[in-house]
Amino acid sequence: MAGMFEPVPGGGAAVALDEVEVSILRSLAVQLLELIGPGPGGEKDPDPLAELFAEGPSEPPSDPVLQRLFPDAYGDPEAVPDDQLKAYSAEFRRFTENDLRAGKRENALAVVRTLDALTLDGEGGAVLKLTPDDSKQWLGALNDLRLAIASRLDVISEEDTELLYRLPDSDPRKPMVMAYLWLGGLQETLVETLMA
Amino acid sequence: MGQVSVAPDVSPVEITNPVEENAAVVEPDVPWVTIVHNDPVNLMSYVTYVFQAYFGYSKDKAHKLMMDVHHKGRAVVSSGTREEMERDVQAMHGYGLWATLSQDRN
Repeated sequence: MAGMFEPVPGGGAAVALDEVEVSILRSLAVQLLELIGPGPGGEKDPDPLAELFAEGPSEPPSDPVLQRLFPDAYGDPEAVPDDQLKAYSAEFRRFTENDLRAGKRENALAVVRTLDALTLDGEGGAVLKLTPDDSKQWLGALNDLRLAIASRLDVISEEDTELLYRLPDSDPRKPMVMAYLWLGGLQETLVETLMA
Repeated sequence: MGQVSVAPDVSPVEITNPVEENAAVVEPDVPWVTIVHNDPVNLMSYVTYVFQAYFGYSKDKAHKLMMDVHHKGRAVVSSGTREEMERDVQAMHGYGLWATLSQDRN
């Protein structure tokens, strides 16, 4: 069935995709890659050792999607943090954000790589087969994509999700909502293959 | 300026209360905890999967923690030293879960 991963005997997962779906997934993964980027302080240094010791940013990202992908590590999300908590979060960010960005980039790159390896059949479709390791990277990338789209759609509560289901076709957000729900189905069925 | 005396100062020296000083030393370190917060995007099955895959929790324990996150808005998913909790929080952020660490003062 379209848009659903199924377990492959012996491990891994498979999903049938058509040309349009492959193109949408690839485009979303590339957009995620561009958005995450190396991040401030994470630019490539010609000296490979310098890269190892490069510090990440202290300030939270200004983009709401990146704020959600790289949240503060200290403080109650519903309270305003005091200066001490802010300082702890800044230090945590300096030492972790570059690695976190790299991990998320690798997941998105795995999506692009596996999609590019597909050969479309005569009808413009293909069956994507993932190894268990590919599946884990896809799972992370699908989750990041859903977080990113939800952030763009201002989904901040369970009620917001309910409202998305009832958007009229004329709503300009409809295509993004359809993509969000489709990615949710892909992620849900992919998780099931890993928990089986 | 007063006269400098080489004679030993015989005035009684105030002795710090040894009991009070020790109190701060023997008090056990207050543990830190990793808290995962609810959000409307992460799938319940995915959150359960992460708790199993990363922490190695049983399916039942992972499911119970996920339900706590979902219904109570948050759940303590691990505890330990501050360094260990920073590692767990970083891992949770890697998976896309919303996590923070704090000192457990309960």
